[in-house]
Amino acid sequence: METNKNIEIADLQAQIDELKSKISTLENSRKDQLSMAIVSGDMDKILAAMVISIAAAAMDTEVKLFFSFWSVSALRDRKKKAPGKDIISKMFGMMLPKGKEKLALSNMNMCGIGPKMINHLMKKQGVMSLDQMFKEAGELGIEITVCEMSMNLMGFKKEEIIDYPNLRYAGAGTFVADAGESSIQLFI
Amino acid sequence: MTTEELMTVAVAKSVDARGTACPGPLLEAKKTIGSIKSGDVMEVLSADEGTKSDIPKWCGKQGHEYLGFVDVNGYFKVYLKKK
Repeated sequence: METNKNIEIADLQAQIDELKSKISTLENSRKDQLSMAIVSGDMDKILAAMVISIAAAAMDTEVKLFFSFWSVSALRDRKKKAPGKDIISKMFGMMLPKGKEKLALSNMNMCGIGPKMINHLMKKQGVMSLDQMFKEAGELGIEITVCEMSMNLMGFKKEEIIDYPNLRYAGAGTFVADAGESSIQLFI
Repeated sequence: MTTEELMTVAVAKSVDARGTACPGPLLEAKKTIGSIKSGDVMEVLSADEGTKSDIPKWCGKQGHEYLGFVDVNGYFKVYLKKK
């Protein structure tokens, strides 16, 4: 009888320990962190991504942005030059927007009139410009990871990418690893 | 807190974010909260309607006590007590 009870208690204790370890795994697996994969290069989408990121950082959430494909154009510095490109890379470089100031709207672009109107409205209503947003993002410690493969694909060179305090180059695996430990994951 | 109580509360710091739209007011609040002591009251002036719901959420997450807001002519004041 006594032995049976002891066995039962030991069994329960083992189950409790197992649950405890499972709970701690759950608690530790998701950080207060936002991971966003930004693939679109439209002005409105980059704007949305930056507004959400800054709001998250203001709420002390760690923010990690992964720039891939068309969005990499937004990280080009319009003042920087990247010599020594092959002919296709040069063509891509010319056809794609050179920097966040040159992005098109996904709707109502109207050959560039749309973005000018939006910029005017944003200024009037006190919305930060994309330029200010990137500056704030840098100060808030928002991390930018640029997709290395997209850089190669579009023929962009690191020399033409903006100066940003927390910028690195990596592959999709880095995004997956970061996203896996984030409590918020977004894709735009 | 009631509007009357809010209007007489001792404010340690006032943040005027009326010139900025979302997420400006939240950012201003975050930048300023570090300069006041625990238990002090901060007010955020904003004309951005979203601030009315964003600041309480921010307080909830950071552990600050949201006290309420007062409508003024064309803008409003949001009050909170630092954790």
